[in-house]
Amino acid sequence: MNASTEKSNPGHYALIVVLSLLAIGPIYIMIMTSFKSQVDMFSRVPLWLFVPTLDNYAVVLTDNKFDRYMFNSLFVALMSTLLTLAMAGLAAYAIARREFWGRGFITYGNLMVRMVPPAVIAVPVFAIWSRTGFSGQFEELWGLIFFYTALNLPFAIWLLFSFVKQIPVDLEEAAIVDGATPFQVFRLVIFPLMKSGYAVAAIFTFRIAWNEFLIALFLTGRQARTLPVAIQGYLTDEGVEWGRIMAMGSLIVIPSLLITFFAAKQIITGLTAGAVKG
Amino acid sequence: MAIRKSTLLENLTAYGFMGPALIVLVLGLVYPLATTVHMAFLDWSMGTPWDTKEFVGLKWFEKLTTDPSVWKSFWVTLKFGFWVVLIEMILGTFLALVLERPIRGAAIFRTAFILPLMISPVVVGLIWRYLFDARAGMLNYYLGKIGIEPILWLADPDIALISLIIADIWQWTPFIFIILLAGLQAIPSDVVEASRIDGATWWQQTIMIKLPMIKSVLIVALLMRIVDVYKVVEVVFIMTEGGPGLETELLALHVYKVAFNSQNLGYASAVSMLLLAIVTLLCLVVLKFSNPLKQKSDF
Repeated sequence: MNASTEKSNPGHYALIVVLSLLAIGPIYIMIMTSFKSQVDMFSRVPLWLFVPTLDNYAVVLTDNKFDRYMFNSLFVALMSTLLTLAMAGLAAYAIARREFWGRGFITYGNLMVRMVPPAVIAVPVFAIWSRTGFSGQFEELWGLIFFYTALNLPFAIWLLFSFVKQIPVDLEEAAIVDGATPFQVFRLVIFPLMKSGYAVAAIFTFRIAWNEFLIALFLTGRQARTLPVAIQGYLTDEGVEWGRIMAMGSLIVIPSLLITFFAAKQIITGLTAGAVKG
Repeated sequence: MAIRKSTLLENLTAYGFMGPALIVLVLGLVYPLATTVHMAFLDWSMGTPWDTKEFVGLKWFEKLTTDPSVWKSFWVTLKFGFWVVLIEMILGTFLALVLERPIRGAAIFRTAFILPLMISPVVVGLIWRYLFDARAGMLNYYLGKIGIEPILWLADPDIALISLIIADIWQWTPFIFIILLAGLQAIPSDVVEASRIDGATWWQQTIMIKLPMIKSVLIVALLMRIVDVYKVVEVVFIMTEGGPGLETELLALHVYKVAFNSQNLGYASAVSMLLLAIVTLLCLVVLKFSNPLKQKSDF
């Protein structure tokens, strides 16, 4: 790129700043509102400067159900991420490096399934789940973990597949010559070289599992409710308590904010996977 | 790629690796999809025992073809999809072309652009519902400042869909932008450099070199967005619940509503299948353009 030879002009810079503010603005307003008192909230003139209060957070965090929702969300997101990564890595390796009957079918099927809208899955999942007769907090949480894992596997496999393909085959062949079993090849040669791929896959898997709404709404009762479902319950037709809702919203986006700040590069890798070569 | 003979042992090893993922995919995705197809031919209400189901043949599909609410939401989805994809593609492409040059602090700006993509759709819905709120929202206040009458962003039948479109553009334009930026940066610099030495203007470079060279990226981004339009549920659910009337009831939300408001899972499955048919068609197009197995130059 010849960019370094060009001077960045002020207009160019200003445009980027404005766009960044537009991107951040709504999120900033949410976080700001979460620190507003009831009075400041309904001030006729929107206040940008005000005495921040933790009242909304106090209400949300002392609600004894909130830590349950938080626990549910974390448990589901972490477990399904772990399971997805474990399974997807092995599967991606098989698809990238091994010849087997049905390989093409599985690969195409995997890509097709990625396109299925969650709404289409949620209805039969509900029907299947209600027939199993499982209920109770942990049964439902494990149910969610199972379906989130299934939902995340296609993308994770696809992503990791592209990482396996970048690893030189010679390494594996050397290991095989040295007498390594197929699983040893994976564990000792492939796995260590795929760590960055796992990081990207983990981000996207966690994001889906942490944010998912529809299936959680269908599947979970009071006990196993996750945060996105819980927050929706605070919306009522008459008088939405915006302060509390914005506080909950701000708490829900904490993991997303942290991931974005510390792993922007991995996110871009994940977003562009498949669309951009190399 | 290591091509080995497809011996029995090789197959068994491969399936050993594939096994866990395959089992979960079959039970967690393929089986539910098959259940959808099955249920579309059944009369079964939520909350009743599975044994009370009744085979009704094509009843739901007949109902589907004459159900005005299905066609209404189909139309709403098309309208929403058309504007969202069109505006996001144009805006994203334009921004990527203009902002392609690396600048100081690029990492910070890049982080800012990714944020809308990473936060939960439920929260996106909440934020925009708040901003568009007729009383508490800021938007109307500032519009009032420049002399515009308060707008019922989410309650006015003519405007509600536009409000949704605005929220979607906010969330997803960065996606197009980032993908195209990566595409542009992958163009070999000597190509652009050569054209510059030949005296090509910025416009000529853009139209004749850059855009043709990122054509495949553009197409993939376009198709990914088109497929995603059929997944949108949460944001609408939170912002308008499909209202006023059915003005913002996207097809995916309609599936949910048929299932849970009318408790009719058979009919909901039939509507799901319409949605699936559309998405499957789109998938075939996507696969035609972007197939990781066929991209020989890939890595």
